[in-house]
Amino acid sequence: MLTIAFYILSALTISSALMVLFSKSPIYSVLWLVICFFSITGHYILLDAHFLAIVNLIVYAGAIMVLFLYVIMLMNLNKESEPQKPVWLKFASVITGCLLMIVLAGALKGYSELPPAAITEDFGTAKGVGKVLFTEFLMPFEVASILFITAMVGAVILAKKHVND
Amino acid sequence: MNGSTSEYLPMLIQSVFALGFVAMVLIITHLIGPSRKSAKKLENFECGVEAKGNARLPFSVKYFLTAILFVLFDVEVIFFYPWATNFKEFGMDGLLSMALFVALFLLGFLYLRKKQAFKWE
Repeated sequence: MLTIAFYILSALTISSALMVLFSKSPIYSVLWLVICFFSITGHYILLDAHFLAIVNLIVYAGAIMVLFLYVIMLMNLNKESEPQKPVWLKFASVITGCLLMIVLAGALKGYSELPPAAITEDFGTAKGVGKVLFTEFLMPFEVASILFITAMVGAVILAKKHVND
Repeated sequence: MNGSTSEYLPMLIQSVFALGFVAMVLIITHLIGPSRKSAKKLENFECGVEAKGNARLPFSVKYFLTAILFVLFDVEVIFFYPWATNFKEFGMDGLLSMALFVALFLLGFLYLRKKQAFKWE
């Protein structure tokens, strides 16, 4: 049952990811990317990472995709101003993509021989994540808020007209 | 796999039904409805203002600033969830660490206020 679900989800993930690349319109690419994120959420559920699954759904499929749409709307995407990549660049990207695939395949080759990690009762749920986050990883959690401040500063510097105060 | 994955089965059934219903309605209306196409009927706003110019104009970056600030505070709220489910167990320590987290966010918020990031100029 779970194996079948895994194969269906994987097929959906890979095909929607390919559709992101092959769609002519960038808006369609974003919509395919939403489907891709939805199926990745399904993978998280299969991996018992329930909290991560719902975060992925809310933040990535919801908020980040809206940002992507905004970025596309910020650009001038008329037919005549569409950037055309030279042929050598296309060849170079195909070659580097294949190389990356070889590296990933090589890195994951021995993975099936690893024993599955033992998981606790509330592993991956909001409760379980909270227990780990607020004890073992409290310091990185607090530092994350400083990261958010830097993101705010960066957004203001990039998108705001500078006021003299 | 600790048994809770199977609890998603009702959600799966519901989403399959919802998607199936939408697809079914679309197909049925396509099949049984009459199809009369004319240039006037296929306009974006059939009875509205006449469309002119190009829709693909670059947007103002001001929208983007609002959106990215929304995402940041959205992620902040998500961090409340694992804290709230353990609220009683954590007690005072949890409250203080969350207070520090929120205080740092408040610092960012005050910075945004000072820079007038919420003002639409």
